[in-house]
Amino acid sequence: MSAPGVTTHRLGPAAAVPVGEGRAFSVAGRQVAVFRLRDGSLRALDATCPHAGGPLADGQLDARKIVCPLHMRAYSFVDGTCPEGPGVAVFGVREEAGELVVEL
Amino acid sequence: MTEQLVVVGNGMAGARAVEEILARGGGSRFDVTMFGDEPYGNYNRIMLSHVLAGDEADEIYLNPLDWYRDNDITLNAGVRVVRVDRFARKVFADDGQTLAYDKLIIATGSRTFFPPMDGMWVDDRTLTPGVFGFRTLDDTTAMIDYAQGRHSAVVIGGGLLGLEAAYGLRQYGLDVHVVQGGPVLMSQQLDDEAGAILRRVLENKVGIQVHTGQRPAAIRSTGSVAGVVLKDGSTIDADMVVVTAGIRPNVGLGVVSGLTVERAIVVDDQMRSVDDPDIFVVGECCQHRGEVYGLVAPLWEQATVLADVLTGVDPKAAYHGSRNATKLKVAGVDVAQMGLRTPERPDDEFVRFAEPRRGVYKSVVIRDGRLVGATLLGETDKVAFLTQSFDRGLPLPEERVELLFSLAGPSEAEGAAEMDDSVQVCNCNGVSKGDICSAVGDGCSLAEVMVRTRAGKGCGSCKSLVAQIVEWAGGSSAPDESASWYVPSIPLDKPALIAAIRAQGLRSVSSVFAALAPDGEDAASKMPLASLLKVIWAGEYVDERDAKYINDRVHANIQRDGTFSVVPRMSGGVTTADELRRIADTADRFAIPMIKVTGGQRIDLLGVRKEDLPAVWESLDMPSGYAYGKSMRTVKTCVGTDFCRYGLGDSTQLGIDIEERYKGLESPAKLKLAVAGCPRNCSEALCKDIGIVAVGDDRWDVLVGGAAGASIRQGDLLATVSGRDEALRLTGVFMQYYRENGRWLERTYDFVPRVGLDELRALLVEDRDGIVAGLEERLQTAVDAYVDPWLERRSPATQGQFHGGLPLVPLPLVPIRDGSSSPAGVGLSSGNGAMA
Repeated sequence: MSAPGVTTHRLGPAAAVPVGEGRAFSVAGRQVAVFRLRDGSLRALDATCPHAGGPLADGQLDARKIVCPLHMRAYSFVDGTCPEGPGVAVFGVREEAGELVVEL
Repeated sequence: MTEQLVVVGNGMAGARAVEEILARGGGSRFDVTMFGDEPYGNYNRIMLSHVLAGDEADEIYLNPLDWYRDNDITLNAGVRVVRVDRFARKVFADDGQTLAYDKLIIATGSRTFFPPMDGMWVDDRTLTPGVFGFRTLDDTTAMIDYAQGRHSAVVIGGGLLGLEAAYGLRQYGLDVHVVQGGPVLMSQQLDDEAGAILRRVLENKVGIQVHTGQRPAAIRSTGSVAGVVLKDGSTIDADMVVVTAGIRPNVGLGVVSGLTVERAIVVDDQMRSVDDPDIFVVGECCQHRGEVYGLVAPLWEQATVLADVLTGVDPKAAYHGSRNATKLKVAGVDVAQMGLRTPERPDDEFVRFAEPRRGVYKSVVIRDGRLVGATLLGETDKVAFLTQSFDRGLPLPEERVELLFSLAGPSEAEGAAEMDDSVQVCNCNGVSKGDICSAVGDGCSLAEVMVRTRAGKGCGSCKSLVAQIVEWAGGSSAPDESASWYVPSIPLDKPALIAAIRAQGLRSVSSVFAALAPDGEDAASKMPLASLLKVIWAGEYVDERDAKYINDRVHANIQRDGTFSVVPRMSGGVTTADELRRIADTADRFAIPMIKVTGGQRIDLLGVRKEDLPAVWESLDMPSGYAYGKSMRTVKTCVGTDFCRYGLGDSTQLGIDIEERYKGLESPAKLKLAVAGCPRNCSEALCKDIGIVAVGDDRWDVLVGGAAGASIRQGDLLATVSGRDEALRLTGVFMQYYRENGRWLERTYDFVPRVGLDELRALLVEDRDGIVAGLEERLQTAVDAYVDPWLERRSPATQGQFHGGLPLVPLPLVPIRDGSSSPAGVGLSSGNGAMA
């Protein structure tokens, strides 16, 4: 079930992303960070912070945002915006039969 | 067979001498009997001003009566010794007692000098009602009682004590006049200009009327005090008179007992009467090398020497006199003075600053490049630095003005108005004045400006400048309530938060959010909460990995390109050939781009890929150096006594022991320590969070709150302790207090001034509130719970713990230096880290 122009990609076992943390994947030449919130749901964003190239997968998250570990810029899980500068892209992500699936 | 030790005088000197003797095991050798004029235990005479000023004075007693009982000391309170028979070795008291002694200590102190004048006395022994000295607890309480309902008072004598009396009496609403014979107030401490500034402050701000160059001729009495007649014939009407025109040593006992008495009882360098090796004299009643001291610091030094000699612990101990240095608050004004007040020789340098309107005066006298005198009035922030320079003859800054002012960092005095918009205010986060102003333009308050621009959120040293700019730009800089919260998501300050966490038994960060955060989980609050829970629960803390910052999840410090730096523990900066070989082999094997010796005397392997961390640790086979955490980092040392020609203490071993004991302990911000083997401070202990300096005879200065990073600050002397184990212990006590009370990211250089050095001394050194045992116990629990985090290499905490955060970016991106001109032999990895 994908919107037009969007491809689904399988990234392997869903257990690869522990609760509250993020992991980075390369998906069709693009870097995507997948996060699991503490309620168990998944989120996916660009993996690179547009500010100084920081690894967002190494950041800390809450229900609303991920905070880059380098200079603490925060990106919304809803729309990828950042109050202090340019935002990042948000991708669809879900768990399907124990596997991670993202839509790009 | 115990010897009889008789102590005449139960004041600060006598009691301190006995304390020092007991501390040297004298309790088993001597039966101690003390005689005190006053019917009390021993009290702190310096606190009398606080009693008079109406401050809390519960702590005025230095030794309650229990202390005498606990130490088997016979106290004859309110009994006066009238004669010593040196040949029969007996003392005679005014209650008829005769007591034999083997050793005798005379510590009779001094008394108020009442200058001869009409109307002072009713008879030989009785002062006119309304006339008071200011010397004893009885004087003080009588003065307070008498002041009730009176209108005015005259204080005769404008020295330190007189001004304290005047200030105290002002608190009871009296009109207070100070009559000073000379031209200058506090002429023992201040020169003419400083004295004039102090006078202005006292007259304008405290409301004391000062009459200099005036001498009282008589006290007018109508059965009780009615006024003071001055030599010029004028009269000041007054209900009471306080006489503080100097003190006189109590030497009567010395005179009738045949001891040599000049201005006071003459002693040698061992604090013995020059006439009798079994009679020691200490405090204000003794004269040493022509000097009679009236301040408390020399008295402590004398008591130490006396105890060393008397107990035989160090029969050669010698007192060489004290340098006059005082720091005090007189009538609410800070005053510090040491050495010379004014230059004495033609080529003495004299640097002065005066700002009478603010009541500030500072001067220094320099001779041959050494500080020989300093006077500070109204603003004494440089006193610690000056005292050290004065005591130790340290080299002085070429710009002499730095002796008077701290010039480091952007000066706030430059003013927010004059700064150009492009000037960078926050260097950590690259925020300019223009950025701050535009945020204010959008309606942000100070707190919002800091959140939005991140100004002041790095090292924090620019915070007050940011506040000034916000204010200048028209924004609200009112501190909002949330400023005191430990984390932004929970409306509690740290003590309240700790109490709530303990009361509800919250052992994980997620449970804290669930129980205490109104809006639930908050990313920015996780790291400070994880740190706090570890401090509170130690081994019982429930470790949730997502609560930790990346550095704490992978036990290495993330770099700008997403690689990590690896610093193994090298306690005290001491390593071995074997360790160095393993480090070199590891660097080769993992193509480490840069190997750097750190400022903390360790070796940093930079540019390590996250995936390689476990294998790098395995290859190093050394424990974590915690160069990534908000925690105890490192203890720098100098070479101490093993090799150094100048070392006074084994700083190297002490540094190693401190680092081994307190390794990895979480704290509100990083802790950098150092131990120096002598006051040359080669390990820079003066500017560390905790610095320890050997000063000889196994005595160690413990300094706290120093910094030489974003701010420059010299550490404050918490205490000088005897014994390296005591230094180790006190270090831990301070560390635990900071762990439990420091705000998140508050370095010790902000924490120590916020709490106050005097308060820290009272809490941690004197144990005023009885908290030290608890601190030590909780610290021990934390120490016992320590586990080397690098052991996670063998059992990762989560799946993919060491998985790369940016799989496609070639790492490292930072320029590589290999110390030669040839290209570094490092393969740039573009490892595809996609997880299968």
